[in-house]
Amino acid sequence: MFDFLSDYNDPSLLGAFWMTVKLTAVSGLGSLIWGTLLAAMRVSPVPLMRGFGTAYVNIVRNIPLTVIIIFTSLGLADVFGVTLGASDFKVQGFRLAILGLVGYTAAFVCEAIRSGINTVPMGQAEAARAIGLTFSQTLRLIILPQAFRSVIGPLANVLIALTKNTTVAAAIGVAEAAYLMKAMIENEAQTLLIGAIFAFGFVVLTLPTGLFLGWLSKRLAVKR
Amino acid sequence: MKLRKVSAAAAAALVLSITATACGGDGDSDSGSGSGGGDKIKIGIKYDQPGLGLKEPDGTFSGFDVDVATYVAKELGYDADQIDFVETKSADRENALARGDVKLIAATYSITDERKQKVDFAGPYLLAHQDLLVKTDSDITEATDLNGKNLCSVVGSTSAQNVHDDFAPKANLKENSTYSECISSLQNGTVDALTTDDSILAGYAAQAQYKGKFKLAGLKLSNENYGIGVKKGDTETVNKVNAALEKMVSSKAWDKAVADNFGPANYKNEPAPKIGVIVK
Repeated sequence: MFDFLSDYNDPSLLGAFWMTVKLTAVSGLGSLIWGTLLAAMRVSPVPLMRGFGTAYVNIVRNIPLTVIIIFTSLGLADVFGVTLGASDFKVQGFRLAILGLVGYTAAFVCEAIRSGINTVPMGQAEAARAIGLTFSQTLRLIILPQAFRSVIGPLANVLIALTKNTTVAAAIGVAEAAYLMKAMIENEAQTLLIGAIFAFGFVVLTLPTGLFLGWLSKRLAVKR
Repeated sequence: MKLRKVSAAAAAALVLSITATACGGDGDSDSGSGSGGGDKIKIGIKYDQPGLGLKEPDGTFSGFDVDVATYVAKELGYDADQIDFVETKSADRENALARGDVKLIAATYSITDERKQKVDFAGPYLLAHQDLLVKTDSDITEATDLNGKNLCSVVGSTSAQNVHDDFAPKANLKENSTYSECISSLQNGTVDALTTDDSILAGYAAQAQYKGKFKLAGLKLSNENYGIGVKKGDTETVNKVNAALEKMVSSKAWDKAVADNFGPANYKNEPAPKIGVIVK
């Protein structure tokens, strides 16, 4: 029943899921950094930065991810020549997919972190200002460490969504799980079995992530 | 208070619309079971392949698969207005037949051993080959010319798999999600060639907006025997469809359908295949 799996070597089943993991890890890290910067912009005292942050989040999170990913390939790469230093389409597709996923997920990360910032009592920021810390010092040393600890749960949601969203990268030819699934469905005429295999694969990836981060969020929660 | 009136009205409208759609649903399923009784025939086609099976913006259907399906349905005793064309994507063709959602499938359905275990095939009615679509002034004439060149195909398609397994492993393969996207990449020069079955390529090249811009390289990189899918075990229908296909070829209606749908693209079609003969 499962013997057809060994016919696939490029990518193999494990190779395809490894690509999913790589996409998730790199774009997860990227969107955490970019999302934190966006959140800092949205709470900053400079109106221009606040405006940019608000506009970015509200525009990007309301565009379907498929549109963003396909735009990176057909728009950025084909029309504007932004190939991110890769001439091989496989490498180029991987980098463009990361770019699209980071740009998209960062909007959600930003909103999660901003909600965390709102849980930090106003007195904390006022005390920090009173002892002479600047805005960026207040944010880095006082606000964000407490904010992060309270939003591990919501960020775990974003990470799980991101893991599944990487399947959209198949649309521009990145050889991850959904890409292999399409190839198998085209060849094998066993749609349900193949669907079940890949659904199981994703549960194996996301369930431990959710459990671990759920445990971590309880452990690190700020007791008030 | 005013707000409450508005929301009450909205709720009433919502309830009404839900009941209305529920009625619509019932009506639909009634006509669905009626079609099983012989009034209508449901045929699965592709909606997105110009020249083979295409749903036009005005809701009519065109293409070679559609012409073949219409002819076969006529021989089975259904007029053109008794045909319900249903979209069957590559992935759910087997299931649509097994569930009985459609009676026949004519949707660029290549006869393969794996698929024969799940469905029965009538035909083949067209022998297609994997080929390349290139710009009119291109110098690509052989598959080996592709090594080092940029090539486009669709994610997960057999053509894409053939490229990197067999005939040009060094080609730089760009995989898009649809052939239309590949055509746009070909048009703006990102890729040098687009590969899939010649019948599909000919259909795109024959579209009004691309006329004269692209040509087929004329390579026969694989054999694709398009058959009409029928539910497993329904030998009676298979025989009827085969008879209809034979009549279509002998009455020259087959040649006319080929000329109508693939004509303008320098497409040299194979002669009509013999029923039951599968070219490996």
